[in-house]
Amino acid sequence: MEMNSQVIEEQVYNRPDSFVDVSTHYCPGCTHGTAHRLIAEVIDEMGLKGKTIGVASVGCSVFAYNYFDVDFVQAPHGRAPAMATGVKRVLPERVVFTYQGDGDLASIGTAEIVHAAARGENISVFFLNNTNYGMTGGQMAPTTLPGQKTTSSPRGRDVETQGYPVKASEMISTLDGASYVVRRSLHDPKSIRLAKKAIRTAFEVQIRGLGFSLVELLSTCSTNWGMTPVESMHWLENNMVPYFPLGDFKVHPAIAGLRF
Amino acid sequence: MAKELMKGNEAVAEAAIRAGVTAYFGYPITPQTELLEYMSRRMPELGRVFVQAESELAAINMVYGAACTGRRVMSSSSSPGVSLMMEGVSYIAGTELPVVLVDVMRGGPGLGNIAPGQGDYNQIVHGGGHGEYRAIVLAPGSVQESVDLTVLAFDLAEKYRSIVVVLSDGSIGQMMEPCELPPMQPLKTKFPDWAVTGSEGRDRRFLSSINLDPAAQERMNFRVMRRWQEIEANEVRYKEYYMEDARFVVIGFGSTGRVALSAVRAARAEGIPVGLIRPVTLNPFPTKAIAQAAQQAEVMLVVEMNNGQMLEDVMLAADGNAMVEFYGRMGGVFMLPEEVLSEICRIAAGGLSTEGHPRDRWLNRSAQKK
Ligand SMILES: Cc1ncc(C[n+]2csc(CCOP(=O)(O)OP(=O)(O)O)c2C)c(N)n1
Repeated sequence: MEMNSQVIEEQVYNRPDSFVDVSTHYCPGCTHGTAHRLIAEVIDEMGLKGKTIGVASVGCSVFAYNYFDVDFVQAPHGRAPAMATGVKRVLPERVVFTYQGDGDLASIGTAEIVHAAARGENISVFFLNNTNYGMTGGQMAPTTLPGQKTTSSPRGRDVETQGYPVKASEMISTLDGASYVVRRSLHDPKSIRLAKKAIRTAFEVQIRGLGFSLVELLSTCSTNWGMTPVESMHWLENNMVPYFPLGDFKVHPAIAGLRF
Repeated sequence: MAKELMKGNEAVAEAAIRAGVTAYFGYPITPQTELLEYMSRRMPELGRVFVQAESELAAINMVYGAACTGRRVMSSSSSPGVSLMMEGVSYIAGTELPVVLVDVMRGGPGLGNIAPGQGDYNQIVHGGGHGEYRAIVLAPGSVQESVDLTVLAFDLAEKYRSIVVVLSDGSIGQMMEPCELPPMQPLKTKFPDWAVTGSEGRDRRFLSSINLDPAAQERMNFRVMRRWQEIEANEVRYKEYYMEDARFVVIGFGSTGRVALSAVRAARAEGIPVGLIRPVTLNPFPTKAIAQAAQQAEVMLVVEMNNGQMLEDVMLAADGNAMVEFYGRMGGVFMLPEEVLSEICRIAAGGLSTEGHPRDRWLNRSAQKK
């Protein structure tokens, strides 16, 4: 029996060393946890644990610092790129990343993200787009889709009075200071693998001193969307991906051929 | 060391550099801009950090991030820009970080104008940002004092893990005066045990102003307020002039305190027994010194280039033991020594009405003048 179980047990999954062994506060089906894990895996794989400083933002991920076993600071709503600029300029040898929601990055913090990118600030930004303000209970975000119901667009986002979604990654990719700007999704295993590669690339860009990198991750918010986790994944795929197409918007030539 | 003729704003910048500021973040606004421009030249020259931010909002948050690393960091601005910084100021206070901020005040409210003012007193001394925090506030009355207080600001900020505001104004920022600069201090090489620097070789650290547990937040607030009591006990600074036999006491800070000194000298020449108290720390406020003066004085005259903001603190300190009068200029109109002198003469002549609030009496008098 013992012999047998040894043969059968092969560990295929491990908690990343940079990922603290606690359960998160995220709702079931939320992809913040997936994104956290991917970032932690990349930090491990690149051996960056002792060199990394994270900047948490205001939103559901405000407690990100509880989950990463790296040094962390936590910024006011929207100001993570400014705070990261302060950290990185003083400690240029450290790897600095922000982790921001779509309300944080594309609404209240629009100026900060645009100018961090324009300056070619050598930081990496992980941008979780779940089409609403998760933490405050699901209000309309700059990324809410036309017609999408939220607690502050109860009849569905009316573009006549509430405007159109902001495609932040496309916008930021037009800036000369931005070196790597891509959009990925977290709705299925294949997308998750591609997302992880993008996260890795963003850190590689920073380590090579190439400047600003941003990975947008299409994410779910089952609780506020009023869906089961599985329904949310389908909703993301069927509604968000068509509006926010996945792809590379800006890739610095120095990393274009990078393989890992 | 030899004296140099320097503009107030540039002298503050050079003083900060010599005090070992590692990083400066700012945004242009008159009458503060020379400070930013000076930094843009000198900081890169010394291999230190200078960033012109996209707004004061970004500048204060860059300061916030840089301060988390335990380095000496600062920003500077003028009234409207400082208003924009207030969210960040509260976060910095909530995270207990040492930060130096220079406010070169101008006429207001709103966009106001670029002439000197003191209308930010309440904002800076009594809060500004949300929540219960205190900032140490230093008010220079000359270019030399701007230099000295800037150096002190960095030391106090570190000693108490506090925000220290150097509350200057457009006249002191813009004027040129001879001043002696401090020696160049080397940049710090040892950093406090709370600094976020990357966790190599130690446990991770995080810095934040979030505290979801009200009881824990209250404990933090208690701790910070006890530290504030220590600051009140040890850091009150003020200047007294001609106080020994003074029956009348003028109280003014910053450039107004200096203008008042000219007026007090002129009044003394006319034989009026008048003295001056010039608070140098507006927070902690020299309450005891003023309370003591109220015992000896018949009348205290508060002069400010605002609508009577420090006035309230003086009234609290005087506690009814002396009559308090007020004279102010607002909107960027600079107060002249003759005006203060004529107020001193009016008070010395006696027969003052004690009806109502000193601010109302001042408003009524100024309405009659027109
Ligand atoms: C200055 C300020 N305004 C508003 C808030 C309230 N607030 C907290 S989280 C949040 C929305 C965050 O949404 P998002 O960035 O999309 O992140 P998510 O929670 O969806 O992950 C808001 C508006 C705040 N904390 N600070």
